[in-house]
Amino acid sequence: MGAEFVALSLPPILIGTLAALACALPGNFLVLRRQSLVGDAISHVVLPGIVVAFLVTGQVSAWPMMLGAAAAAVVSVALIEGIRRLGRVDAGAAMGVTFTAMFAFGVLLLEQSDTSGVHLDVEHALYGNLESLIWLDAVGWSSLLDPAALSGLPHELERMAIVFVLTLAFVVVLWRPLVLSTFDEGYARSLGLPVATLGLGLVIVAAITAVAAFDAVGSIIVIAMFICPPAAARLMTNQLVHQVLWSLVFAAISAVLGYVLAGYGPLWIGLPNTVSAAGMIATVSGLILAICAVAGPQRRA
Amino acid sequence: MLAEALLLQLGYNATLVTFGATALGVAAGATGAFLFLRKRSLVSDAVSHATLPGLALAFLIMVALGGEGRSLLGLMAGSALSAAAGLWCVSALSRHTRVPEDAAIGAVLSVFFGFGVVLLTVIQSVPLGRQAGLEGFLLGSTAGMLFADAVIIAVGGLAVLAAVLVLRRPLTVVAFDPGFGETQGLRVARIDAALMLLVMAVTVVGLKIVGLILIVAMLIIPAVTARFWTNQASSVVLLAGFFGGLAGYVGAATSAIAPDLPTGPIIVLTSFVLFALSMACAPERGVLAALLRHRRFERLVHLRQGLLAMAQGQHVYEARTRRLLRGQGFMRPDGVPTESGKGEAARVLRDEARWQVVRASAHLSELAVRDDGLTPTEDVLTADQIAEVDRRLGTPEAV
Repeated sequence: MGAEFVALSLPPILIGTLAALACALPGNFLVLRRQSLVGDAISHVVLPGIVVAFLVTGQVSAWPMMLGAAAAAVVSVALIEGIRRLGRVDAGAAMGVTFTAMFAFGVLLLEQSDTSGVHLDVEHALYGNLESLIWLDAVGWSSLLDPAALSGLPHELERMAIVFVLTLAFVVVLWRPLVLSTFDEGYARSLGLPVATLGLGLVIVAAITAVAAFDAVGSIIVIAMFICPPAAARLMTNQLVHQVLWSLVFAAISAVLGYVLAGYGPLWIGLPNTVSAAGMIATVSGLILAICAVAGPQRRA
Repeated sequence: MLAEALLLQLGYNATLVTFGATALGVAAGATGAFLFLRKRSLVSDAVSHATLPGLALAFLIMVALGGEGRSLLGLMAGSALSAAAGLWCVSALSRHTRVPEDAAIGAVLSVFFGFGVVLLTVIQSVPLGRQAGLEGFLLGSTAGMLFADAVIIAVGGLAVLAAVLVLRRPLTVVAFDPGFGETQGLRVARIDAALMLLVMAVTVVGLKIVGLILIVAMLIIPAVTARFWTNQASSVVLLAGFFGGLAGYVGAATSAIAPDLPTGPIIVLTSFVLFALSMACAPERGVLAALLRHRRFERLVHLRQGLLAMAQGQHVYEARTRRLLRGQGFMRPDGVPTESGKGEAARVLRDEARWQVVRASAHLSELAVRDDGLTPTEDVLTADQIAEVDRRLGTPEAV
């Protein structure tokens, strides 16, 4: 059990947990700012960017795809703003036009180009492939102390760890301005805080997180983790610090429990195959939200 | 080939599907317009993603009962039930807890979709599961559709369209002014519920053609497109229906000739092209119209400033101003004012002077807010008031 667990389950659990934590952190502010659907929009629009990056470079590698995804995110922000201003329509509708059109374009590109030889398809974009992020060099728990084996860890682990540290630093360093501009924008502006820049910075951090997590774990987890843990945490407490901590706890529980239920749950009830870990993680986070909505101490408006 | 497809000559099934997609497009466009006017476009995103678990459960139940699990009607019934559950969750979360509506939408769409994905992987492991083709419901596919399914889609599209037509009056009233609707004896909550039922119907009928990820585009894009062409609520609905129908027709017909292309993205991109054309070309609200308006405004400012400079005997240096003045015959190529230029300059200078009097006047100064540097006093003041202002100014002087 030990060796197999370390090689097959530990890396996906860690990557899933880091992705969940990295999304839940900025998610707290997005939920409070009524921008929850930013994560949804981003994870749809990055698809054409990733496909174009693949078509240009001809290979599935991390950096070009991140660049492509970032470019697509910038294009979509410009489109949303343009549609909102020129058409004088509400932000929700402008977002709806942009993310569906860009996703459709991405799907069409993907279906038109020959990607059969590589691991790139719509299903992968949606559910990710957490189960495949295994650590072949591991022979047991002792491998955690073996530098040679450690270098064989999936790169996604390293990337998600960096992104998590980045979001953590963003939130910790800019805590006060972020809180002020989230709760009372007018007051924050009167203090001379760059409110618009802060808002943009938050969206950029969310986008970086979404793009990094998207590649590793798929867009369902990204959208669920931006929203469910912070929303559930909001029903637990009135203190923002406590809310953020609760959201991290909920995110970690969702990732670990979701992975374990997906990987081992079916075996316990006698089914032969595992089920989608990404889907199960999202489901667990939804159950946590449901429990908080029924029993959370601060659930009332 | 494309012409044949557009003229519906690619066989009975393709024709039926195109017909159904057109009817559905009209219904979706109109329904979406009501949603858009209520500013609830994105609720439909939660509804459509929430269909996935119902779809998968319906398949599993039908297989457990000994069927093949592919009956479109059964799958549609399952997806409708889970869409309703998703909708109930959104409204329960946003009404009874302090989770804001957008977070409730995002939570429901991701969690239901995630659970649906879990069920899809369960289906992969049951017998018959691999041939279920449920993935086709994610992005839509019309290739190899059964005749019976095509009939269901055509009839379903027409039924939704009929329902929209029947409900159009109360929906318009509530979308435009819920308060007024209430005074007319309409139950706003019920009509909102009816609107959500229509959204669900569009989603369920559209699942097979457009797919559940992109069906929301059929509800949103035509309404936003229509908004560029008109300011009237009822025309938004009509136009949105038209654009939606056009996109459904062109998209479904086009995809009939390319079986390896998923239908959903083609319909969505057709819709987006219509949107982009409208945004560029619509009169009044379009980008081109706005650019032309801006040019005309600049021209007026340049002309007026140039004439004022001429009136005060100053030389005009700015190249564009000179070009405009020459074009109007107010200035000779060497920069000397022509006779008509002198007359016009005197008129503009007089106008400026009148505005100064208006601003200083005790009883006319309220009108001075209309002075944007371009509006002639004749447009704002009555003849009597102008005569009064001119009395105070004295006789006009020639330039």
